[in-house]
Amino acid sequence: MSPSDTEPVIIVENLTARYGDVTILKDVSFEVYRGERFMILGGSGCGKSTLLKHMIGLLKPYAGRVIINGIDICRADEETLQAVRKQIGVLFQADALFGSMSLSQNVALPLTEYTDLPSDLIREIVRMKLGLVDLSGFDNHMPAELSGGMRKRAGLARAMALDPMFLFFDEPWAGLDPVTAAELDILIRSINEGIGTTMVFVTQELASILTLAQRVIMLHKEAKGIIARGTPGELREKSTDSRVLNFFNRHAM
Amino acid sequence: METTGYRLSVEGKTGEEATIRLAGRLSLDDLEPLMADLQAIPGRLMPRRLSVDLAGVEYLDSAGALVLIELQNRARALSIPVDLLNVSEKDHGLLSLIDPELLQRPPLRPEIVQSPILETMGELARRQFRDFQEIMSFVGELITALVYCLAHPRVVRWADVMFYMKRAGADGLPIVALISLLLGLIMAFMSSLQLKQFGANIYVANLVTIAMVRELGPIMTAIIVAGRSGSAFAAEIGTMIVNDEVNALLTMGFDPTRFLAVPKVLATMVVVPILTVYADLFAILGGLIVGVTGLDLTAFTYIQQTKSSISIFDFVTSLIKAIVFAVLISGIGCQRGFQVRGGAEGVGMSTTSAVVSAIFLIVVFDSAFAIMLYYVRH
Ligand SMILES: Nc1ncnc2c1ncn2[C@@H]1O[C@H](COP(=O)(O)OP(=O)(O)O)[C@@H](O)[C@H]1O
Ligand SMILES: [Mg+2]
Repeated sequence: MSPSDTEPVIIVENLTARYGDVTILKDVSFEVYRGERFMILGGSGCGKSTLLKHMIGLLKPYAGRVIINGIDICRADEETLQAVRKQIGVLFQADALFGSMSLSQNVALPLTEYTDLPSDLIREIVRMKLGLVDLSGFDNHMPAELSGGMRKRAGLARAMALDPMFLFFDEPWAGLDPVTAAELDILIRSINEGIGTTMVFVTQELASILTLAQRVIMLHKEAKGIIARGTPGELREKSTDSRVLNFFNRHAM
Repeated sequence: METTGYRLSVEGKTGEEATIRLAGRLSLDDLEPLMADLQAIPGRLMPRRLSVDLAGVEYLDSAGALVLIELQNRARALSIPVDLLNVSEKDHGLLSLIDPELLQRPPLRPEIVQSPILETMGELARRQFRDFQEIMSFVGELITALVYCLAHPRVVRWADVMFYMKRAGADGLPIVALISLLLGLIMAFMSSLQLKQFGANIYVANLVTIAMVRELGPIMTAIIVAGRSGSAFAAEIGTMIVNDEVNALLTMGFDPTRFLAVPKVLATMVVVPILTVYADLFAILGGLIVGVTGLDLTAFTYIQQTKSSISIFDFVTSLIKAIVFAVLISGIGCQRGFQVRGGAEGVGMSTTSAVVSAIFLIVVFDSAFAIMLYYVRH
């Protein structure tokens, strides 16, 4: 994306996240711009998935707000929220494909739910989406019959079924070998550049951060919030914070 | 504000060069009419050359791109060359992502269709037989594990046994008590209507006690436990199978039957007879309430009559029945759990099957007991 394209489409403002009495994140604020590949980094258990779940409206913040496309999703009514959800595709940490449905049925599900297209058109869209993620021909396979990388791609095809404006990824590279992970990187980049989808990732996969991220924020468990922000290059080269440097150089604390 | 919908105009005469001008939003929302409009044009005009001008397009998503590619495919089939004009850089990126070849490629595997009736029946029979085999081999494993545990009581996970005793027993007591009390009330009330006519009010006590202790107590309790706990056992073990937890146990050298099934079986073997006794007592209490309030019996005579109507033999056989039912419920619950393959759907099916099979087996074994006990008594 061109750097001039600086319209924030996701705004997180002073977000405080709690489970019961336990505060996981405190006063977190940041913005994501249109068409950007944005990454949320941090060690295990620092609240990355929690933050993501707040951003897609699965969890309500204890305080603060999340604004997507100008709509405050924490206070929107159910109807508005439904409209926002149509604009959001999510690839969950466990790929969350429905095991009792074939790949084409999985991808067709949001299409049959949200549109009233005839089945032959839906089939055609499903084919196109499966082709986009390099899975053409696997229409009638069941998720259990696929490898990890293929399941991730199938999950991506389902997340993209409605041509969402935003794609959220929770640890998409977890459990993939380096070659498969690199292939997924290429696929994600081509979709981002071809379609212009705004992408938010939650990850700790160094190789993919360095090749894919345009801007990152880094969370920390003790800080309960953001300890660094910038491009991955800046953080790796210029940061003075030992926690950031250790993360990028894979040092033990 | 963004515009909605697309606009389309066609210039050119039949057989000559033609231009389609598209404007507005080419998106999933209008996919159906857009596809129909565009697909009709090449065949209707049969132009020598077709240009598609996208200058006015404000928004193109992958569904819109799909329409353009299908238009090209259609024209190619009619040997009409197509040019896309004024494609923005962004839209070009999107169009280049979609590979027209892949849209035509047939699935590697045909869709699964319903097989003919004969095949289905054969498959069903085969599955029943395999199911029977699996149950039998599980019974073998379970007996082996139980015998081993009997010989080595220290390997039993007693903490788990206590946990399941609470789950299946203590937590189930309120519902068992409530249902038996109501059952006792109903039986006493209905029979009293008949017995009153003969002045045989006092025999309400015999009827409630004999029916409950010999038959209804064990069977009712067993059915409630099957619904509450048999299903829970199946769901728990099934979920563990789905999450590879059982495989983890295997690789750590545990015997899953001994580890997971034995505590559940032992716990139910203890609590089902106890629940049965409670069920009997509450039903008798229900009868007593009707007797005292509706039939002018004193509580003392009612209890005396109850005592005289039942023998130790009846009581003991009722407990033995309860123990057998307990083994059936927990055994089939665990077996259905271990049988789970696939995902969430498999767990659901195993839970249903655990309850249905348990109730079926309870009724079958109860019939066998009824016949056996008849000959023992005479
Ligand atoms: N549903 C929950 N209830 C209570 N605590 C939770 C829940 N989910 C996560 N946590 C806690 O919140 C913290 C952050 O979790 P998570 O967002 O999953 O971390 P990450 O994705 O960065 O590894 C962890 O300490 C975890 O124990
Ligand atoms: Mg996580």
